[in-house]
Amino acid sequence: MSTTGTLHTPKQVADRRVQAPHTSMFARMLLRAAILRRRRAAAALLAMVVAAAVATAMMNLYVDVQAKLRTEFRNYGANTVIVGKNGQSLAADALTKVDSASGPGGKALAVPFSYAVARTKDGQSVVVVGTDFTRARQLNHWWKVSHWPDEPNQALIGTRAATVVSPNRQPFELTFQGRPIELTPAGMLQTGAGEDSRIYLDQSEFQNWTGVSPSTIEVAANGTAAEVESFMRQLAQLLPSADVRPVRQIMEGEANVLNKTRATLYAAATLVILTSALCVLATLMGWVFDRRHDFAIMKALGASERLVNGFFAAEAAAMGAVGAILGFFIGIGVAAWIGRANFHAPVAPRFSVFPYVFAGSVAVALISAILPITMLRRVQPAIILRGE
Amino acid sequence: MFPRIVYESFRHQARRKLLAGIAITLGVAVATAMIAVATDIGDKINRELRSYGANLIVTPQEDTLDVEVGGVNLKPPSDGAFLNEADLPKIRGTFWHNNIVGFSPMLPVTVNVGSGPDAKDVTLVGTYFNKPLHFGKQDFTTGVRITHPWWKVEGSCGNGALPRPGRVEDSPAACGWPSDDSQNILVGEGLATKLAKKPGDTLNIAGRQLTISGILSTGAAEDDQIVAPLALAQQILGKPGAVRRVYVSALTKPQDAFATQDPNTMTPEVRDRWYCSPYVQSIAFQLQEVIPHSHAEQIRQVAQNEGTVLSRIKGLMLLVTLAALFASALAVSAAMATAIFERRVEVGLMKALGAGSLAVATIFFAEALLLALIGGIAGFSAGALLARQIGRSIFNSQISIEPVLFPVILAIAVIVTFAGSAAAIRRAVKFDPVFALRGEG
Repeated sequence: MSTTGTLHTPKQVADRRVQAPHTSMFARMLLRAAILRRRRAAAALLAMVVAAAVATAMMNLYVDVQAKLRTEFRNYGANTVIVGKNGQSLAADALTKVDSASGPGGKALAVPFSYAVARTKDGQSVVVVGTDFTRARQLNHWWKVSHWPDEPNQALIGTRAATVVSPNRQPFELTFQGRPIELTPAGMLQTGAGEDSRIYLDQSEFQNWTGVSPSTIEVAANGTAAEVESFMRQLAQLLPSADVRPVRQIMEGEANVLNKTRATLYAAATLVILTSALCVLATLMGWVFDRRHDFAIMKALGASERLVNGFFAAEAAAMGAVGAILGFFIGIGVAAWIGRANFHAPVAPRFSVFPYVFAGSVAVALISAILPITMLRRVQPAIILRGE
Repeated sequence: MFPRIVYESFRHQARRKLLAGIAITLGVAVATAMIAVATDIGDKINRELRSYGANLIVTPQEDTLDVEVGGVNLKPPSDGAFLNEADLPKIRGTFWHNNIVGFSPMLPVTVNVGSGPDAKDVTLVGTYFNKPLHFGKQDFTTGVRITHPWWKVEGSCGNGALPRPGRVEDSPAACGWPSDDSQNILVGEGLATKLAKKPGDTLNIAGRQLTISGILSTGAAEDDQIVAPLALAQQILGKPGAVRRVYVSALTKPQDAFATQDPNTMTPEVRDRWYCSPYVQSIAFQLQEVIPHSHAEQIRQVAQNEGTVLSRIKGLMLLVTLAALFASALAVSAAMATAIFERRVEVGLMKALGAGSLAVATIFFAEALLLALIGGIAGFSAGALLARQIGRSIFNSQISIEPVLFPVILAIAVIVTFAGSAAAIRRAVKFDPVFALRGEG
């Protein structure tokens, strides 16, 4: 297998050899081996790249999917509720304090609610709630609202309350402790729960009318269970006169589903990574085994055991390293695509998985080089060279 | 001669065949397990989503407004309409009765607790805890233990009898729950602190001495309420058989545009299709049919979100399964390619002896087919075991494997093995026998 090229005139070769230090022989052997047998090398590298890419994508997903799912779970609404002790109203600055604890990044979304029982013209009792519509809209995605109030004295009316106070969507009057208020229905609210029997007003209008300040703040806190818990402790310290309680229905449901999904994904990721490692092992072992002639020639020319082993190990390690780097970037792309396809938000690249992918790739490559070498070492070079 | 070549090849190159066979087995096992898990994950996660509680509520059609603030109901308890308890087992008679995980009736009653200046009104809710019922030939139990899994009860384990294995009512978590035919009650933790009561104490309610069997913690309004067996609440209210509302927990299909259509405007065929799909809307429609004078509605907080979560998780598992299939196909191909590439000398020998390319290729393909079949069968069994193990350790339930999966998996194994071998076989056949025999290449 001779190679010809423009750089191989005797003079050029001689020049190069004079300049090149003798240690570069090792590097040259590595390079020539890769170039001369490029088809087999490319096949082995491809396997390496694919395996590293699949492993990267799975690890990236495993880390990021939990965060993605948590944002989905936040659509279930508040996971923490702050109420005044013994049913009293909260301090006037409670909401500001919760907002400041949440920080500008928006670790949590807080919505105030205040309640009063008013009477309709014909003496029926109805619960009226004061809230912040902009915030309530962000928190309670499941509220089916025909039109959100955007003008003064407009109210959001639960479907069941509407049949009592405003069956034909006409303006209506409510009284609270002798104080009347004239309201126009802006839209209908349907949730299938207690909200259907209530009337919602803007907090400031509600407070002007009834003088009742918020007694409940519902908070949707983002993050892992531990993060939510520490946030709740922080809130409890900030608001000593209030009860900060977890909404167990939401917290436990989320923990349950998330744990099961994580465990399934973990099992799947392990299987996929093992399979791709197997693929690398099969390909690289074949590749090294296939080069038993090189091995035999090197030994026949007097190369030491250490040098030959080192040569094949270095070759495999280089293969693993290059494969890991290429595969890592492809894997990040795959994970981002899966994120976009499934969660409509790309999975953020996690460079923290790179060391694992890199170390894993090199380790698998080394194992697949060492196994065939130990088998070949027992064989005389002459036998291999005779082609038996 | 042909079978002999193949047979001898397997006999003499057992090690290489074993390596390729292991690769195929593992690849097929992973593919089988992942497909089984991915096809079943929707159902499994759907069941897990039930831990969010009921997704449907049934109320009387002609109901008055609820006037409830902070868990205290201000509406006169006997006001408004009621459902009839006797109609409830019929929920099990709806078309989608297998999808109904459980239901709990609720009957709130306002009672007075304490004495003298400390006396105050609290809400007592009557419900089923884990009530045995039967409809037709079916026996089943239902109640808040199923529909409200986040309710926790702290109490002493009553009669001291040893727990019977496999019985929910005997598990440690069951301690403190009153029995549905008793006069025992649960007191919310907030209320219990205010009244300074603990499990085993008695509480005087409406002239009855009731034993507190446990302290209830829910993180919601019930923390300041009393929860009692339904029959007891009915006695206190003086309305036997009355139920204010029923919470139903059902397995549903994520809703789409079709689900939200009005059944009254549909043609009969379309309506049948709608009726026979487990949408939350169609289940609500069927509940209204079986319970007279009722209005069933989805609880949007639970029902609206579970569809998204479910489809996200299903989509994720589908993509991961594709990745697994891809990786196992590649592993099988790589193993086959390596196995064949190593046998160039044999090919050279065969060709030197006068075998045609076709004959050589046929031998290799026959060997590949044999390997794929053996590896496929072994891999399918291993994959089925793996899927079972995953199902049991993660979801505490079986992951069923459809028998139709077997031929499909086997076909995929054969195709992938052939595809993986094809390129290597082509190269091996094209190779000049002289070079191969001289050991160059």
